[in-house]
Amino acid sequence: MNVISLDSILGVGELKSQPAPAASGCTTSSCGSSDGPSDMAPEVWEKVKNHPCYSEEAHHYYARMHVAVAPACNIQCNYCNRKYDCANESRPGVVSEKLTAEQAVRKVLAVAAEIPQLSVVGIAGPGDSLAAGAKNTIETFEQLSRLAPDIKLCLSTNGLALPDYVDRIKDLNIDHVTITINMVDPEVGQHIYPWIFHDHKRWTGIEASKILHERQMLGLEMLRDAGILAKINSVMIPGINDEHLMDVNREVKARGAFLHNIMPLISDAAHGTHFGLTGQRGPTAQELKALQDKCEGDMKLMRHCRQCRADAVGLLGEDRGEEFTAEKVMQMDIDIDGGGFTKRETYREHVEAERAQRHQSKAAAIAEVAHIAGEKPILIAVATKGGERINEHFGHAKEFQIYEVDARGAKFVGHRRVDLYCEGGSGDEDGLETIIQAINDCVAVLVAKIGGCPSKSLEAAGIEPVDRFAFEYIEESALAYYAAYTERLGTGAVREKIGADAVIRQGAYTARRA
Amino acid sequence: MAYKIKASDCTVCGACEAECPNEAISFKKGTYVIDASKCTECQGSFDAPQCAAVCPADCCVPA
Ligand code: SF4
Ligand code: SF4
Ligand code: SF4
Repeated sequence: MNVISLDSILGVGELKSQPAPAASGCTTSSCGSSDGPSDMAPEVWEKVKNHPCYSEEAHHYYARMHVAVAPACNIQCNYCNRKYDCANESRPGVVSEKLTAEQAVRKVLAVAAEIPQLSVVGIAGPGDSLAAGAKNTIETFEQLSRLAPDIKLCLSTNGLALPDYVDRIKDLNIDHVTITINMVDPEVGQHIYPWIFHDHKRWTGIEASKILHERQMLGLEMLRDAGILAKINSVMIPGINDEHLMDVNREVKARGAFLHNIMPLISDAAHGTHFGLTGQRGPTAQELKALQDKCEGDMKLMRHCRQCRADAVGLLGEDRGEEFTAEKVMQMDIDIDGGGFTKRETYREHVEAERAQRHQSKAAAIAEVAHIAGEKPILIAVATKGGERINEHFGHAKEFQIYEVDARGAKFVGHRRVDLYCEGGSGDEDGLETIIQAINDCVAVLVAKIGGCPSKSLEAAGIEPVDRFAFEYIEESALAYYAAYTERLGTGAVREKIGADAVIRQGAYTARRA
Repeated sequence: MAYKIKASDCTVCGACEAECPNEAISFKKGTYVIDASKCTECQGSFDAPQCAAVCPADCCVPA
């Protein structure tokens, strides 16, 4: 069994000298605009700080798992092909293993014993977690809240049945709910939803979208009144709801949603979805970012969503689901009393201490670059396997994390999935081409290590490979790079990169852990 | 007077089982089936056959 050791996550043992903690005054991205206590009510921070999906900072440290116990659905979306899987929460075309509530509970306990980073268990389908009477969802959560009470529970829903279950959700101690809301105007909705099943009838056309919209808004308001955090997922569909998502953003914000996650449409004819078959395209990385930037005001935008499979396991960006198939889990020796509780406790304490230090060292790094205020922000790509460090080899990266850097800080703005460049040591040129396309809007890529060949090709594409910050913290290194870069810009040693766009890798969303 | 499920299209999602007012639908040998002797096409209970209305794969059809 492959265990993520605390060391490998935290980078301990690979540690170079720690940047000296600076004076207080937390203005960094991680506790300024993107995460952390300063822009959040303390009670909200308490709820999200260890949730990898809800807190950008936590996603470097904590793992989640989804249990696929809810195959039924009560609506049809044009980006989903029910014959395979839900496009919403999992990569389409990959059939998940559907679990009974009992199998799901066993699986959670097995993973919890093995992966101390586990902090959250969610139910995200593959259909709707509240369809078909929410039977499996409720059964699974009832048992888990008894057997592993330290693990947080969350669920995703299309919202149609939500108003009927808010009380139950509250009873079960579920403190986060994600609702997928793609429109607040049924005129727009009719192009996304061909039908819904509600009140014992199938509704179609604009009427269907009207009902769905009303139920979604009611459900959201009820969650707010019950003190349950609501995150909104939206799928960005160019030409259909792209501009409209700003209205969605405003409406959900007005009803107390605390996080908005705008995701790109995944559409490929091979997935057999309506949008795939009609040639509806997904957005480019820059279109997605432009929309996210426009929506980002006083409400947080989520940028680290991985559009996970409905049975993903592990840190965001990795998937260890295959180590925990129902068959394997049935054979494991499982400690039914929440196995591994102490390990999880220790890990959490460790992360708390680490974070306090991190907030300070980020503030120090920001102070260092304050003098270059006014320069345009740059994008850089980072190869990391967690712990907020540059600790991944270029050739082993399955994704690159993208940071937008200027004198105000280094802000995480997204991730780009890539095919594995280095399979077993030898570089593969086509793979390299797709990586360059995926990070073409970045001026540099920060890695722990990189070979000579890919370095040359990257440079030719105007992306500077940088390994001098190996194993150091991402944000501090990004700022140090930014300072040096702007200096070189000033002397004419480098030229400004303009007009580059990047391709979102369709279907590459969930890399299975090799 | 009964409905049936086209097994080749069924995704085994279980949505129909939860909606049937007569418990006519059950899981058998890897797929869902309708017991014709229990199915009333929902007459007397609802305006439309519930299994057909909820089925995301559109595979509940008159027998
Ligand atoms: S809510 Fe999810 S499972 Fe249901 S149709 Fe939409 S994408 Fe598919
Ligand atoms: S038509 Fe109605 S009674 Fe017959 S199987 Fe479907 S839901 Fe059940
Ligand atoms: S609702 Fe349709 S797809 Fe789902 S189990 Fe019933 S017949 Fe199969």
